[in-house]
Amino acid sequence: MRIPCPYCGERDAHEFAYLGDATVKRPDFDARESLWVDYVYMRDNPAGRHREHWYHTTGCRSWLTVTRDTRTHQILTVEFASQGDAA
Amino acid sequence: MFGRKYSALSVAWHATTGNRYLTPVWRDPEPRDRYDVVVIGGGGHGLATAYYLAKEHGAKSVAVLERAWIGFGNAGRNTTIIRSNYLLPGNLPFYEWSMKLWESLEGELNYNAMVSQRGVLNLYHSDPQRDAFARRGNAMRLHGVDAELLDRNQLQKFAPFLNFDDARFPIQGGLLQRRGGTARHDAVVWGYARAADGSGVDIIQRCEVTGIRTEAGRVVGVETSRGFIRAPKVGIAVAGNSSRLAAMVGLRLPIETHVIQGFVTEPVKPLIPGVITFGAGHFYISQSDKGGLVFGGDLDGYNSYASRGNLPTAEDVCEGGIAILPLIGRIRVLRIWGGMMDMTMDGSPIIDRAPIKGLYLNAGWCYGGFKATPASGWCFAHLIARDELHPVAAHYRLDRFATGHLIDENGRGAQPNLH
Amino acid sequence: MPLVAHRNARHSYSSNPYGRIRQSGRCRVIANQAYRLPEVGAIDRSRSLTFMFDGRAYGGFAGDTLTSALIANGVRLIGRSFKYHRPRGIFTSGPEEPNALVELGAGARREPNTKATTIELFDGLVAASQNRWPSLRIDLGAINSLLAPFIGAGFYYKTLMWPASFWETIYEPLIRRSAGLGRAAEGPDPDNYEKAHAFCDLLVIGSGPAGLMSALIGARAGARVILCEEDFAIGGRLLAEKHEIDGQEGRVWAAQTEARLTELQNVRIFRRTSVFGVYDGGTYGALERVTDHLRESTPHQARQRLWKIVARHVVLATGAVERHIVFGGNDKPGVMLASAARTYVNRFAALPGRHIAIFTCCDDGWKTAADFATAGATVVAVIDVRREISRAFARVAERIGARLVTGGRVVGTRGGRSLRSIDVIGADGQAVRFEVDCLGVSGGWNPTIDLTCHHGSKPRWSDDQHAYIADKLPPGLSIAGAAAGALSLPAALLSGAKVGHEAIHTLGFIARFPDLPRTDEDPARLNPFWHVRGSRGKAFVDLQNDVTVTDIEIAFREGFRSVEHLKRYTTLGMGTDQGKAGNVSGYAIMADLTGSSITVTGTTIYRPPHVPIAISAFAGHHRGKNFRPTRLTPSHRWAAEHGAIFVETGPWLRAQYFPKFGETDWLTTISREVTAVRTAVGVCDVSTLGKIEIQGTDAGTFLDRIYINTFSTLLPGKTRYGVMLREDGLVMDDGTTARLAADRYVMSTTTANAGLIMQHLEFCHQVLWPTLDVQLASISETWAQFSVAGPCSRATLAKLVDPPFNIANERFPHLSVASLTVCGGVPARLFRLSFSGELAYELAVPANYGDGVIRVIMSAGAEFGIEPYGTEALGVMRIEKGHVAGNEITGQMTARDLGLGRLMSTKKDFIGRRMAERIAFHDPNRPCVVGFRPTNRSARLQAGAHFVPCGAAPTAANDEGFMSSVAFSPSLGHWIGRGFLQRGPERIGGRVRAYDPVRATDVEVEICNPVFIDPEGGRLRA
Repeated sequence: MRIPCPYCGERDAHEFAYLGDATVKRPDFDARESLWVDYVYMRDNPAGRHREHWYHTTGCRSWLTVTRDTRTHQILTVEFASQGDAA
Repeated sequence: MFGRKYSALSVAWHATTGNRYLTPVWRDPEPRDRYDVVVIGGGGHGLATAYYLAKEHGAKSVAVLERAWIGFGNAGRNTTIIRSNYLLPGNLPFYEWSMKLWESLEGELNYNAMVSQRGVLNLYHSDPQRDAFARRGNAMRLHGVDAELLDRNQLQKFAPFLNFDDARFPIQGGLLQRRGGTARHDAVVWGYARAADGSGVDIIQRCEVTGIRTEAGRVVGVETSRGFIRAPKVGIAVAGNSSRLAAMVGLRLPIETHVIQGFVTEPVKPLIPGVITFGAGHFYISQSDKGGLVFGGDLDGYNSYASRGNLPTAEDVCEGGIAILPLIGRIRVLRIWGGMMDMTMDGSPIIDRAPIKGLYLNAGWCYGGFKATPASGWCFAHLIARDELHPVAAHYRLDRFATGHLIDENGRGAQPNLH
Repeated sequence: MPLVAHRNARHSYSSNPYGRIRQSGRCRVIANQAYRLPEVGAIDRSRSLTFMFDGRAYGGFAGDTLTSALIANGVRLIGRSFKYHRPRGIFTSGPEEPNALVELGAGARREPNTKATTIELFDGLVAASQNRWPSLRIDLGAINSLLAPFIGAGFYYKTLMWPASFWETIYEPLIRRSAGLGRAAEGPDPDNYEKAHAFCDLLVIGSGPAGLMSALIGARAGARVILCEEDFAIGGRLLAEKHEIDGQEGRVWAAQTEARLTELQNVRIFRRTSVFGVYDGGTYGALERVTDHLRESTPHQARQRLWKIVARHVVLATGAVERHIVFGGNDKPGVMLASAARTYVNRFAALPGRHIAIFTCCDDGWKTAADFATAGATVVAVIDVRREISRAFARVAERIGARLVTGGRVVGTRGGRSLRSIDVIGADGQAVRFEVDCLGVSGGWNPTIDLTCHHGSKPRWSDDQHAYIADKLPPGLSIAGAAAGALSLPAALLSGAKVGHEAIHTLGFIARFPDLPRTDEDPARLNPFWHVRGSRGKAFVDLQNDVTVTDIEIAFREGFRSVEHLKRYTTLGMGTDQGKAGNVSGYAIMADLTGSSITVTGTTIYRPPHVPIAISAFAGHHRGKNFRPTRLTPSHRWAAEHGAIFVETGPWLRAQYFPKFGETDWLTTISREVTAVRTAVGVCDVSTLGKIEIQGTDAGTFLDRIYINTFSTLLPGKTRYGVMLREDGLVMDDGTTARLAADRYVMSTTTANAGLIMQHLEFCHQVLWPTLDVQLASISETWAQFSVAGPCSRATLAKLVDPPFNIANERFPHLSVASLTVCGGVPARLFRLSFSGELAYELAVPANYGDGVIRVIMSAGAEFGIEPYGTEALGVMRIEKGHVAGNEITGQMTARDLGLGRLMSTKKDFIGRRMAERIAFHDPNRPCVVGFRPTNRSARLQAGAHFVPCGAAPTAANDEGFMSSVAFSPSLGHWIGRGFLQRGPERIGGRVRAYDPVRATDVEVEICNPVFIDPEGGRLRA
């Protein structure tokens, strides 16, 4: 699998560390506990398009938001995670 | 002449009659309109559940629905290890119960699943690792499970072929569970299928569940590719696809589906006695009765339903192998497969009621579901039949993530790809 | 059944009818090669080679494979089969070989199960047959053949269950010993392996006519082209067929095309290179056999090279594999694929038999008949299952004097270790026996499309082509030539040109459609025919795994009808040929039994690797000590000079302790080191701790959200101990963070978590709070850091610190930090921190000064009796002082479990705060950290022991926690420990058992405060 890092160019996925679902959003400090449980533990885990966080460990150290199809491993989009949720 | 009973005599009789009187090991029935219980998933867990429902709880009307063919998922693609060398009190009683069921499985099923207790060895490479294994071994002993802590000399007798001289992480010893070992994965599936079928369970293959119908907050049946099947109780045992099934009733789970690769080599004469696990290098290996080395290592590390992995992980796993077993280097890998793992947020499974009445979950087996097969079936059958958690699986609750009663053997936290 | 024997086919093995033996120095070798044809072939007769098989010497030529050389020498029996130990010969001429498996090489280089068909002959090659005892000719394992009726598919599952204890002790060891084919090497693999990456526009896999056409188009258009060929010669089937292209031999055209490609700078040709896997993102795995064909490689040269090729587009031109026809006795040595037989004749000038018959259902078998006749062999008969054949073939039969049996079947074979005759039934039902020593079988072709399935798609049955063809292709891959069903030469050339042309256009290159070379007609009609029903004897579908038609019938009757069940129940296709030789035939036979079409039956899933790959090749050079990188501390060289014993700490090698002459055990050494620190001064390299620089106006705010305690209030010039949680509320890491200036902090992490914490901080900054003004930099490698600890540490360091900086206690009290210079201008950071509990400092200098600075510290401290200390003494002092040890941060502990609950701020949001509030984390029964000492002070403690109430039975119900770390305290003169005990802090003063059955110890311990030394902290403030 190769990830086109917007800073470094296309690199093999083994240069990156994977975190997981990028659609979960950290709740407010005083949000209901169930929202916190959802944030930390519950996942859609779709078979199909998945927005997810990868970290370019051995490259530019950017956190990226990658949209990838979990059935085919095809990578659809890659953005810097710091730019927020554009999709 | 010999009925369904298997024995050397029955085999001989069939041989002399040209195998003309052999019959299917399980029937291929049409699905009925309704069952008391429908178990979704014809893997080892689903079939064992159906078997124990019929056998232990007297269930008369049980169906197992399988999308493809029984044993086509992880039951048919795994590295066949059985063990109960766990650390935490939430896990130990369950896996030890599973081990006990393994030990009597062949008599129970009248099917040779080739349960082979040749030992499971975990290597340690440092004093802190030794102490961590001592902690685990002592926990096992307190739970009545066998465990031995081997030092380097004892280990050299058990496995003289390990890389004692030139290892990057010197091998100091190991934790050995002699009762651990392997079983023939396909035979486990077929044995349970045969026994369940013999107890009246309908095993329905090529029957994909497309929906779970609920009325007034309770389950009434399942929509399938072969029509609607009414059932007041539905059990889900589809590791790898649990999230997809749960989504049919709007439920999210603390699960990600990940790919793990398994490896098998060409057959060679006996080389490796039991199962050897090299935790520091993320590698484990055994040798099948046919002679192939069966091994594996880490997850690829990203969500995947593709049933295949990538090259860096394969390289990484083989590096781990050569690191401790340099004499296997020239043996060739024949097949590398990728399985879909239900990776939970704490690395432990879920056997619990879903928040919908009549719906039961058996999920989240991570990469360790095979060894759990008998106990998983036993406890899930208990849960479905009596609507209460079985004592040895009492910690596998879905709400443990909300309460914090986590069962995290490795302490990796809510990141499934690290478990 | 009346049999009419054909007597005219008697033959002798001793003479060489082709044999005008060349009178030269090579005479001895060629004389032995009684089945070598003169003149023809692509072997180099000027280079003769000698090799050994089963202890006998034979001769061959450069350009031979092991099988072609064995055939030339009249060797027919090569091995024994897996289960029944039947005599087996050579069945194919390629990687699909199921039978001719040998142990290649000896000792640590022995390679079991090597397909002799793929071994390029070299001088001095040593090979041996396998899976036989006592010898290949007389193998006692053949008794299994007699048991065959009882040990068919599935017998294991139904038997060997009684008595249960016999499985591990008797049955299984027997099965394991008789299974397994060859023997593994006797020692660690002595060869080198390497890895390489390549990038190209167009990757062409296979150098047959289609592959060469595609490569040529790409090359001429200026694309970067890589051409991979698994054989040692370029040309594919052109090497094996008597084709003419542009008026010359096909082989010559291939050589010319290769020469044209080689001239171009943008083309790389990899021979002996198998593409074995199609991975994501256009990545292809390939294995190059670099020195396997050489007698000796130069030192350090890699034996094999694992290529990762990233290609923008791929043309798969992997050809096709001929399939066999299943009939009784189809495994006798001498029965082989017709295409293989003529490969040996045409390419290798090696004659697999002098009296051959052909059994075919397609036009292809006729080529073998013609080529054998041309080579001077007797073609005894051609048995074509088709009732109607073209008049051209009838004329061929007449010309070569072969008996033609149309609508015929081979129903049996005779011969012990080698084929002697075949029994045939014609369309008229009449039985004939032909005495032959070779039978070429041609059942049509299976396109080699395994690689197209590596992304999960299954092949599709084509009724037009009577074969499985590729269905959905991986992205960026197209398929050409015989692999795409273009079986005839003109079709293959056209297909290669078209597919190559399209590919190159897709890539954005301009290429004109090439002129196609002129070729002859090449008929390729086929009547699919799988299995001769009612034939006599065992009819093998999968030759290697001894899967017979009977086994498939058993599987059918017992309901194992889906191909995946069939495979698993019978082991069909699970041999080292990976099902290339027999799978499709097996599916067809099952389809026949179920009465469904082969389309419905389907295939199993093809998985990588496409050819078997050595584990060493995947591992490459990451083995032995190089399994993982070894990181050395800045003072490593100095420590080694001073006799340090080193210990692996994650990736690091750290000094564990420094034994002195006369010290006989580690405990003496470590106790001396501890005593030196407690009474004088010691120095320890702590550079391995992670160090992260955090800058920006929001740095304090950021750290407040990272740590459970507050850092924004820390004054510049001060340090503070901090604890951070994961978002799930459990402790992630601890360490000190210093504030160098208002907008500048430097954090230390544990050694193990250095990388992980950096990643975590980057996540928090980039993903959670991107608007905070914070910059992060990992400076772990930038600074060497030394702990200088002990009552004399200030006096020691005072000699290093450059004026005017003053480290007097009142000017630089406990928990201070400063940037300064030492040793006359070396930039440094000085922290007043103590983990030992003594007056102590940590001095950081740029990493390249580390070696020099530790030497200066040692000489400065000499007058005070300074001693270096290692990780063991460090650990002992941490335990004595009651600090959290790294191995207690297991990822399962709350801050409260670790005795750090009081640090947790209730006034702010921080990572993990909300999840730390969950009910289970506040269970008063959670084991919490406390100290332990043995009631009998002379007893030794063991980490990993569990706590059980005194007098209670050691059961799970009575398990109250565990001992996490222990040490012998030289300061106290007895063992001490830390551990996690239910309601521990409430039970201080009580007693409990430390139960450790795996080491057979059981010690009563007193529960105590975990701070054993100087609980008031007077020493570290001194």
